[in-house]
Amino acid sequence: MAEHYSSFERGGRRWLFQRLTAVFLIGVLAFHFVLLHFVNHAADITFLGTQARMSQVGYFATMWLFLVTATFHGVNGVYNALVNQGLTGSQKNAVKYLLVVAGLLLVVQGTRVALAMTNLV
Amino acid sequence: MSQSYNRGTVEDFGRWREFTAGMWAWIFHKFTGWVLVGYLFTHIAVLSTAINVDPAAAQSSADIYTNTIAGLESLLVVRFLEVGLLAVAVFHILNGIRLLMVDLGVGLESQDKSFYASLVLTGAIVVASVPTFLGGKLV
Repeated sequence: MAEHYSSFERGGRRWLFQRLTAVFLIGVLAFHFVLLHFVNHAADITFLGTQARMSQVGYFATMWLFLVTATFHGVNGVYNALVNQGLTGSQKNAVKYLLVVAGLLLVVQGTRVALAMTNLV
Repeated sequence: MSQSYNRGTVEDFGRWREFTAGMWAWIFHKFTGWVLVGYLFTHIAVLSTAINVDPAAAQSSADIYTNTIAGLESLLVVRFLEVGLLAVAVFHILNGIRLLMVDLGVGLESQDKSFYASLVLTGAIVVASVPTFLGGKLV
């Protein structure tokens, strides 16, 4: 029997959420790349074009969920990578709260950006 | 009954010559993950130019958001960085699918082959995408 070798706690929800967000992100990240590099060339992006896309409720909701899930997946991934490297005790706690604050700030700023790109409000 | 092999810790990068396919996959996944999360913060910072765009300037595509993106896209180094970002994202996606399969216990005996397949497919997609990324107007 293999020994437990993971940065996740047994029975923890962070492991499950990392996998669930991964499944969503696989599709949405690929879609984002295809739409904004192949369908629309990045060099041809304009504010009006962005506004037209982001003002569709379905597209806006998808992009906002993309922001939230990518932030969680990324910040949780960084935390796990640091725990893997041997981070423990008060340093581990400090990093955890720093990453939570950084993640929340990114979601707040990303939401402000997303709303500024629409004519929905 | 599953078997375990003691190959030492993958965190001990100094012994990289002894690493197996799965250990390389682990390292590449961490590396590409760090790049992607770093890019996510940078991306939102650049897109923040969309806040308080002058509507009149936007009508003639002379607003700060459009100009910022056009200015970045006019730099050849940015185009190459975008190809690098594509490589990192495609590998992270393909190896991520491989990891989900490993977690589900599907194809465990082929996990090394699926890592090599991720690498080859990433290379093929990136090479095929280079013309698209380097094409378009460059100043």
